[in-house]
Amino acid sequence: MVPLRGEEDPLTDEKITPLHGAGGEMMEKLLRERILVHFKDCHAGRIGLTELDDGATVDLPAEGEAVITTDSHVVKPIFFPGGDIGRLAASGTLNDLAVMGARPIALTLAIIMEEGFPLTSLDRILASFSAALTEGGAVLVTGDTKVMGHGELDGIAINTTGIGIAVAAISDASIDPGDRVIVTGTIGDHGMALLAAREEFNLASPLTSDVAPIWPMISRALKIGGVKAMKDPTRGGLAAALNEMAKKSMTTIEIEEEKIPFHREVLALSELLGISPLEVANEGKAILIVDGERAEAILTALRAHPLGENATIVGRVTDEYPGRVVLATGVGGRRFLDMPLGDPVPRIC
Amino acid sequence: MNASFRLADPERAKALSEAIRILAPPEPIKIVHVCGTHEVAISHNGIRRLLPETVTILEGPGCPVCVTPASEIDAAVEIARTGATVCSFGDMLRVPGGRVSLDQARSEGCDIRTVLSAKDAVEQARAAKGEVVFFAVGFETTAPMTAAIVLDDPPENLSVLASHKLIPPAMAALLDLPDHGIAGYLAPGHVSTIIGTGPYREWLDSYEIPVVIGGFEPLDILYAIALILRQIADGTPKVENAYPRAVDDEGNRAALNLIDEVFEVTDAAWRGIGTIPSSGLVLRERFRSIDARERFEIPEPGPDPEIPGCRCPDVLTARAVPSDCPLFGTRCTPLTPVGPCMVGAEGACSIWFRYGERRTP
Repeated sequence: MVPLRGEEDPLTDEKITPLHGAGGEMMEKLLRERILVHFKDCHAGRIGLTELDDGATVDLPAEGEAVITTDSHVVKPIFFPGGDIGRLAASGTLNDLAVMGARPIALTLAIIMEEGFPLTSLDRILASFSAALTEGGAVLVTGDTKVMGHGELDGIAINTTGIGIAVAAISDASIDPGDRVIVTGTIGDHGMALLAAREEFNLASPLTSDVAPIWPMISRALKIGGVKAMKDPTRGGLAAALNEMAKKSMTTIEIEEEKIPFHREVLALSELLGISPLEVANEGKAILIVDGERAEAILTALRAHPLGENATIVGRVTDEYPGRVVLATGVGGRRFLDMPLGDPVPRIC
Repeated sequence: MNASFRLADPERAKALSEAIRILAPPEPIKIVHVCGTHEVAISHNGIRRLLPETVTILEGPGCPVCVTPASEIDAAVEIARTGATVCSFGDMLRVPGGRVSLDQARSEGCDIRTVLSAKDAVEQARAAKGEVVFFAVGFETTAPMTAAIVLDDPPENLSVLASHKLIPPAMAALLDLPDHGIAGYLAPGHVSTIIGTGPYREWLDSYEIPVVIGGFEPLDILYAIALILRQIADGTPKVENAYPRAVDDEGNRAALNLIDEVFEVTDAAWRGIGTIPSSGLVLRERFRSIDARERFEIPEPGPDPEIPGCRCPDVLTARAVPSDCPLFGTRCTPLTPVGPCMVGAEGACSIWFRYGERRTP
């Protein structure tokens, strides 16, 4: 059982103090002994993380477009089944690049910690951040740490910025009637795993988060050609991502509920908590809108990668209700699938 | 979604849908259910698209937090303002009272907490130094849990503001309204697991109207609707149980005994409807010491204020569907609720908004 909050860690009493963020010797020691040790290859250009300079340089190829993205992470609990805030922070930014069609090359890492945050927790978080970065094929080139007083922050917050290179960046809106909709795997795993892990529900669930960098899988689909739009269905889940895509392109995305891949545990938790699995976050999945004629070939390419083994064509693009998402329900009914309002909370009865 | 996981097999649904089409009378008819979970299942599965256009199905007073009078929310706010901790279920907090919601009271600095069960409120009281009040809402399904904590030697700093309500009297009250137009009731499966079939007969037999108890899976609901239409076609209105895997005639004796031991039946005010005879539960005399109304000297409630333009009263009495209200989805959304039906997770307006539901396909 992992500690839900950093301060419950019984292994050590080494904790973050205000001096760790004060720019002096303590901070230098923290950087060299607790942070840099987690990262071996730290260069995407001439100057990288190891130089501890004011910035890093990134070599750009002569062709293609550079894509930049940024994301902040404040997940609770910070250690959850299947991952932690470190893996989440790396994957989140890497995946934003991936769904722009960009091969990730370099990331930055800014960490803000609360005074008293255990250093062993920081070690675990950085180790999994580094591992995810390697899986995604990128390196850490620069970073920053800050410390806030006790009670001014809930443990730790992480911001990452990433740079990637795309042959031609893919937007989330160039969609036409006749296109097919692919999801790259089971839906709702991350959100439901986190909900189940929260203490107040008192549930024991084998479900784990799907948090993972997806570029190695996405790159295979891009090689086929015909990928017109992509999006990672994180906060707000599949429902939010599909609605954004439908609205931006003023098309109708029609999804067959029966075809969406779900883990049994996700469906069970969804029934129990009264929360739709379509409205909770995924952290290792993508939605691809693809040319109808290439859909099967793209599906085969995705399925050849372990992260894409459950990839499925779940729907198609029409022009029946511009800007809306229609769900053909398992029982044979139909309804609109609208943008979720915010964080889902369980029904009471 | 995996059809075998839920009773949602599309082939069987198609067959039931066809049966419904054959049984449905040519003229428009209105079937009413009284359960938020039914409305979620109907909207979530797009079941209205499987019914002929002549068959309308509406949610009546099926959302416990929606029918809790504004004056009782005001009472809970007044109690919180004395410095006591008030615990209630999540969506009760956002329902507007006569002046403010419990949520707004919390932002004023009152100690208002969400609990997931009556037992959680006991835990809160054990951990607290000051007074803790459990604002107990819900129908026959949650009343036994409130009764259980009252009987289980609760901590002295806990009291209960009970606002439990009974469903069959409300179903009868709707039929007393002029031009109600209700042709049949889809009776709530959850409530029926507790009360059995008897109270429906007692309250509704004299109205000679089909009452069919239904479960919550798509096929359960379609089957129950088919049975209602068959009763109408045959001219044999009665109480029928289409959910026998969970509901029996007798109900849950242990739960009913708990309710009876702790509460007595009284006339009760329903938000949007008015006072319904014998439709509420108050703590019996011998539990007076745990009654928050006594402990905090809450005055008798006044009438609820009307909300201009809001058609919640029509929605709660099954005279309108949510989209009939001019405020629905415009001024009134779950983020900016005007009436209670847009707040409660089981409120028809909130459910219609959440699932993109609409009157016609």
